[in-house]
Amino acid sequence: MTSTPISAVVAPREPTIFDLSRPGRCAQAQLPPALAADIPAALRRRRRPLLPEVSELQAVRHYTRLSQLNFSIDTHFYPLGSCTMKYNPRGCNQYAMLPEFLGRHPLAPAVQGQGYLACMHELQEMLKEVTGMQGVSLTPMAGAQGEFAGVAMIRAYHHARGDFERTEVIVPEAAHGTNPATATMCGMKVIEIPCNADGDCDIEALRKVVGPRTAGIMLTNPSTLGVFERHIAELRALVHDAGGLLYYDGANLNAILGKVRPGDMGFDVIHMNLHKTFSTPHGGGGPGAGAVGVAARLLPYLPIPVVGREGDKYRYLEERDLPQSIGRLSGFMGNAGVLLRAYIYMRMIGREGMQRIGEYATLNANYLQARFRQEGFELAYPSRRATHEFILTMKHSARDLGVTAMDFAKRLLDFGYHAPTTYFPLLVPECLLIEPTETEAKEALDGFVGAMVAIKKEAAVDAARLKGAPHTLPVRRLDDVRAAKQLDLIWKPAA
Amino acid sequence: MAFIPHTADDVREMLDTIGVASIEQLFDEIPAALRAGPLTGIPAALSEMQIGRLMSERAARDGRPLNFIGAGAYEHHIPAAVWAITTRGEIYTAYTPYQAEASQGTLQTIYEYQTMIANLTAMEVSNASLYDGASGLAEACLMAVRANRRSKAARILMPRAVNPTYRKCVEAIASNQGLIFEEVPFDPATGQTALDALARFEGEDITAIVIQQPNFFGVLEDVDSLTEWGHAHGALVIAAVNPTSLALLKPPGEWGAKGVDIAVGEGQPLGVPLCSGGPYFGFMATRMEHVRQMPGRIVGRTLDLDGRPGFTLTLQAREQHIRRGKATSNICTNQGLLMTAATIYLAIVGPEGLERVASASMVRTTELASAVSTIPGVHAAFSAPHFHEVLLRLDRPVGPVLDELAAQGIAGGYDASRDYPELGPVLLVCATETKTCDDIETYAKALAAALGAPRAT
Repeated sequence: MTSTPISAVVAPREPTIFDLSRPGRCAQAQLPPALAADIPAALRRRRRPLLPEVSELQAVRHYTRLSQLNFSIDTHFYPLGSCTMKYNPRGCNQYAMLPEFLGRHPLAPAVQGQGYLACMHELQEMLKEVTGMQGVSLTPMAGAQGEFAGVAMIRAYHHARGDFERTEVIVPEAAHGTNPATATMCGMKVIEIPCNADGDCDIEALRKVVGPRTAGIMLTNPSTLGVFERHIAELRALVHDAGGLLYYDGANLNAILGKVRPGDMGFDVIHMNLHKTFSTPHGGGGPGAGAVGVAARLLPYLPIPVVGREGDKYRYLEERDLPQSIGRLSGFMGNAGVLLRAYIYMRMIGREGMQRIGEYATLNANYLQARFRQEGFELAYPSRRATHEFILTMKHSARDLGVTAMDFAKRLLDFGYHAPTTYFPLLVPECLLIEPTETEAKEALDGFVGAMVAIKKEAAVDAARLKGAPHTLPVRRLDDVRAAKQLDLIWKPAA
Repeated sequence: MAFIPHTADDVREMLDTIGVASIEQLFDEIPAALRAGPLTGIPAALSEMQIGRLMSERAARDGRPLNFIGAGAYEHHIPAAVWAITTRGEIYTAYTPYQAEASQGTLQTIYEYQTMIANLTAMEVSNASLYDGASGLAEACLMAVRANRRSKAARILMPRAVNPTYRKCVEAIASNQGLIFEEVPFDPATGQTALDALARFEGEDITAIVIQQPNFFGVLEDVDSLTEWGHAHGALVIAAVNPTSLALLKPPGEWGAKGVDIAVGEGQPLGVPLCSGGPYFGFMATRMEHVRQMPGRIVGRTLDLDGRPGFTLTLQAREQHIRRGKATSNICTNQGLLMTAATIYLAIVGPEGLERVASASMVRTTELASAVSTIPGVHAAFSAPHFHEVLLRLDRPVGPVLDELAAQGIAGGYDASRDYPELGPVLLVCATETKTCDDIETYAKALAAALGAPRAT
């Protein structure tokens, strides 16, 4: 991509809030009384910070307009693989935002939080039930922090037994990038092992690397290849026999809800992405919530605080209750408001709904996979069932027509569909990872297939149209090289 | 009561297309021995009406106490427009802007946010948010170890006057990578970090020094001297700051002769409700020379194929999805929604509004301190100037006093003797612009009554 000369620049769709700013303008209804604060001169700010000076209406209109430039679940089918972009029920938001919940200070005494703490305790219990684990801590603030807690607990477990030699974490190559990054953050060495042609872990490769230095293995199941790992029992035996522990990356829990439980399968620790499986909003990039569940031997190490129950009273379990805890991962107790939304969602779904989620997420993915097969698209793992997601590979259209997975992704935006996950997992060339979720109706799935078929036809006759896509959005394809080389990270007034 | 739209006809057609007889058959790759039984521990489903009633009952049990607790989370007025816009579906239900062309709203908001944080802190660049202030400080310490190439020790000076939970959190997150934290005491008279205690580290390899302004006691530190000491000894300087206070206080980018190297903080005071501790967001800003060591998402402005300006995620080579085990952090999903709320908050209150919020909070706290100072057995613990919190020394254990206040519908402050037993019974209290003179009067009366009551046995 070549960068265009600056002279060709035209006005953007919506100016920045700073462009709208005029000295002396403000939102008068938001001003508290002007009181003079007495600050020692040496500590006082000399110049006011450059912040927007706009009316309340200007701010409201600006951010409303910006919001309209986004694709979202509420506006578009969003089959972003590995992210579980399902409907976020509005009721969960409304009841989590009751004024008593919003106004409660995190350090308010437990007597002023029995309602909130009761919800959190019940949430812990429900998550234990769906995963088959013995204890849960809700504090990790996203999946990656849940992973961190999990590996830190594994490390603490080995250390408590006087075993300091276990410094290696085994990670299959199909894993999310957060897995190896997490192991590094925990001071571990990452040992990657390959997958076989059917998408299962290469057990022979595992056999070669497992041993007295193995702290544990981090397994995503169903894997990021969109298939269920069929050798779990063997894998568990190999790692446990060598003295290592098993970490279950629960990013893809939606596929197996009510069908299998990681605890029953012998896993020692799991993190769950509540913003995926339990439908808390993704918020344009968070907040998430990455609760962790553990088997009995890791209970003493759970991150604090955990919500405990004594009779009909609830309180936080802290340092004195869990002296071997890996400690605190947040300033208070993690993303409390997200946890409330997950609690409300789980209570609305209930026992039967929980089983139906895994079933219909799987039905939708297998239906889409079957439709794509009928339409002549190439599946990455044609011999396998889809789980809640599956992978198409565009390697032939890339080779024969020069039209890549990214070109399909960008053109889909013109058709009103958010793109699937592209170029992940890294080991499938030109891949599109597609996850429809259980909340999409058949018509949406059929519409999506229709768009992909139309794009495929277009690729054969007018590849340039795809290479230049999108054509109908606020901007066309952006120059990422320029963005990284000529860093423009904050707005500056015109000189 | 799952949110599943399928009719019986849909299911039949879909199964026919797949070529299976039942949904159950789609799970035939899972070994039978692994299959789970029914989830008997999950209660039956509730309709929205039923859950609404249950949650209202639960909320009523929490009540709405008159709050005087700060200690890292602060009650400020939030303009109604902030969350009315933030919960719009186009913001609330979008994800990380991987497809830039379909996410210009989110991306431009982040760019505006980065600008506001950079201006507020007087630093050159900001990222797109971290989880919260405490974990943000841990990320700052890890970043300092990467960025300070002259230092080999991975050794960080951490004042005891820094928020104790932050210190615990930093320890839990960063010590796995071999970082060593050295405590720096505070002056028992002023409550400020003791400059003379730094002499102990003279001539040693120090990677970074953390300075919290205001510190956990609400006390204003001598930030210029501390910053100068750090830079004179080859250490990077990490500021942990309250964003509201920056409307009045010298920003980290201007501390000492050349400003700090990394500024972080808890973003909650900027339009985020208290909500039992989260979700909040952490902010982080730094100098341009360290931008490639900064964790988290960063947005840049660039041009599209037609030469029109647009926004995109940039410098992604730092991040876990590209660098995997060699990434600057494992952070992926962060706190986009809260960052959005903060951006809208700052746009609405503007520089004038933020300055008034900060001044009113500070003045109300001064009024609170003076109202309770007439109560026998209550004294200010420290002599140095404060921002919007003060530490009070009581003549008896704080716990039972707070219980008394709670019984009167008051969240009466934070019992800091839990973290600082050496100070005896100390209570950290906070008033913000949300408190009226009547509220302060109510508090002072209730505290006097609580202290006048017979001691708990």
